[in-house]
Amino acid sequence: MKNKIILSLLLLFFIFCFVILYKGLNNSNIYVPEVKIEKTLTKFNSIDLYSENKISSDQIFVDSEYYVLNIWASWCVPCREEHPKLMKLSKNKSIKLIGLNYRDNPKNAKRFISEFGDPYFMIIKDRNGTISVDLGAIGVPETFIINKDKKIIKRFLGSLNEKLLNEINLITK
Amino acid sequence: MLANQIGHYSLFLGFFFSIIIIPISIKNYNNKNQIIDNKIFSISFFQFFFVLVSFFGLILSFVNSDFSNETVFNNSHTTKPLFYKISGTWGNHEGSLLLWLLVLTLFIFVFLIKSNKQPKKYRILTLLFQQVIIIGFFLFLLKTSNPFNYLFPIPKEGLGLNPILQDPALAIHPPILYLGYVGSSIIFSSSLAAVVEKHISKIWAKHIKVWILVSWVFLTLGIMLGSIWAYYELGWGGFWFWDPVENVSLMPWFCLTALLHCILVLEKRLLLISWTVILSIATFMLSMSGTFLVRSGILNSVHTFANDPERGIFILIFLFTLIFFSLFIFFVFHKHNSQEIAKTFWLSKETSILFNNWFLMYFLSVVLIGTVYPIFLEVLSGEKISVGSPFYHKLIIPFLIPFLIFMSIGPNLNWIKSEIKKIKIQIILSFIIALIISFLILSKIGLVGLINTILITVAFYLFFMTIKDFFSKKFNNYSQNFSHFGFSLLILSILFNSILSSEKIVNLKVGEEFSFREETITFESIENIKNKNYKSIIGNFKIKDKKNNSIQLKPELRVYNQPLTITSEADIKTTLYYDKFLVMNVVKDYEYFNVRYQVKPFMIWVWISTILLVVGGCLSLFRRSYEK
Repeated sequence: MKNKIILSLLLLFFIFCFVILYKGLNNSNIYVPEVKIEKTLTKFNSIDLYSENKISSDQIFVDSEYYVLNIWASWCVPCREEHPKLMKLSKNKSIKLIGLNYRDNPKNAKRFISEFGDPYFMIIKDRNGTISVDLGAIGVPETFIINKDKKIIKRFLGSLNEKLLNEINLITK
Repeated sequence: MLANQIGHYSLFLGFFFSIIIIPISIKNYNNKNQIIDNKIFSISFFQFFFVLVSFFGLILSFVNSDFSNETVFNNSHTTKPLFYKISGTWGNHEGSLLLWLLVLTLFIFVFLIKSNKQPKKYRILTLLFQQVIIIGFFLFLLKTSNPFNYLFPIPKEGLGLNPILQDPALAIHPPILYLGYVGSSIIFSSSLAAVVEKHISKIWAKHIKVWILVSWVFLTLGIMLGSIWAYYELGWGGFWFWDPVENVSLMPWFCLTALLHCILVLEKRLLLISWTVILSIATFMLSMSGTFLVRSGILNSVHTFANDPERGIFILIFLFTLIFFSLFIFFVFHKHNSQEIAKTFWLSKETSILFNNWFLMYFLSVVLIGTVYPIFLEVLSGEKISVGSPFYHKLIIPFLIPFLIFMSIGPNLNWIKSEIKKIKIQIILSFIIALIISFLILSKIGLVGLINTILITVAFYLFFMTIKDFFSKKFNNYSQNFSHFGFSLLILSILFNSILSSEKIVNLKVGEEFSFREETITFESIENIKNKNYKSIIGNFKIKDKKNNSIQLKPELRVYNQPLTITSEADIKTTLYYDKFLVMNVVKDYEYFNVRYQVKPFMIWVWISTILLVVGGCLSLFRRSYEK
């Protein structure tokens, strides 16, 4: 009898653990590093992917409340998954979505865009990866939210999902 | 391309053998014959063989940078050195699971061969339980994390392995740790089989002790290697951070250590049977939950594995199936022996082991709660917290005191019953010596504090007692002595290390200097070097003490190109007394550097003492019987 009570209590306990862990799995696990001091964007120069014109960061980050800078590359598999989310995000009118094409072949990058659509307001090239280094990026894809004072207020490592999209929309409201 | 295909097909073949072994074993279990059918041995061998072929196939794909394989594409790069191409095989989710499977199939084959003195039914039942685990892993691998997925069109370059994983200690850390984890699966299956077959006896204890020791040795080594990696590579200036993934490997270690002591009591006195069975189950369950917590991405930590909820759900269901299955077997077949308590006397070796098992269980629950509580809290209330080292320190350190005392006195007690009068004067004498020494040391350092004093005293006490035992027992129990001695040294070095460590963090330009205690640190120059897959920035630092002895330290910043990552390599000058640790980071424009300088006393003794612990375990393997 005593055994049966212990057994049923244990069963209940483990079922409880199972339910909690099962629910925990569905929580987003994308790692969002805390930005303690809002880092100001360092100035940089780049080249527009399509027009091949030289462009400086001061020319890019103008006339908008918020900017979302997305680091991507045509060779990056997670970027493919992320792309539809960016297409959705491009409907948000209060932000300027800027694509930073990281260490990519321009031909492939253009093919990628013509195949999957262009969510970006502008795509700039980061041929040797230095701009990404200055931003403090550690991988592709990676997304930064920048405010009008050119301060990075949030960054997301890895590809964006629905939940993070909502978060971005909330921040940039 | 070919290697990839061979690997893929032999994985299926291995799966095929893992299934057909089951009906054959059941048939063999039920017939009256007293020996195991040879067919079973050969199928078990083939199962192992094909997983091995598959594993080699994956290694070859990595070596050849065959990017038609998705795993290789995601984790390798042509510019990577060969050594890291190979270690990249198990440095990722899919490959490391294949390694799990390899070790699982290897161990069950070895078990079958080595257990020939045990009853047939017990061996076959162990095999069957083990096959359940193996099939579970096969399904997991094939369904959610196949390492041989094809990629078309074939990319020209891979995405590269996380550069902080490019380190020799880390290259061998996972395989060693897995040997420990997977060894616990054999303990799990065989103790369940022994419960069903009512085979729990002194003979069984002796036979399973070998497996417990082997797992324990590998687990200890694996944890140590991981910690060495964290110390040298992460550059955080410590060796244990209570990171969830570290905790996950520590939990089975507590369990296994308790089990190791239980099995000795079982072998000697046929006591603590329920303890042994429960700990055997718990050890493997904790190893599995470790896999779950790390692989599912439910935890955030420095360990880089892809997050995929599908994988998480699979392991979660598998884990809980095993838990319910073992609960069922335990409650149905295990008959509790209520006379056990009556047979033990309060002052005996077995009671002191029992006490320390309770302490180990306490430490285990602290770590378990600290690790999973944030998950539970987030689900129940949506609040995100992280549990840091103060929690663990506050809850664990005070309880180390009685733990160490039991550990010092326990080995000096007799089995069954000790007389108080017979407790020798040496025991009290060593305690007094330990007290005096620690008092002297602490007053010299100028650090007082009740807890510190007592802790250092008891650690010294264990230290002296084990040294005494070495000589007074005429080396007849050297393996236990070795391990306990190693443990006391470990506690001592960790204590002194944490009490006496000091650091300074400054921002410096080339040519500037700063002083720290009685030393002057000058930032002399930087050099840039281009390597095959990264470029490095090396800082030259000169550290001069007041006697004008100077040493050079050269911390390094590595900018890896695939994927783009900056890592800092600390430069560490190690001596027997202290480590001097210097690490730098870029602040801005490569003009100013953030420099962190630390002096860490007795650092090397942390590793030495862990190795002593392991050596003690190994020695025990080579001994015929436990002490008289």
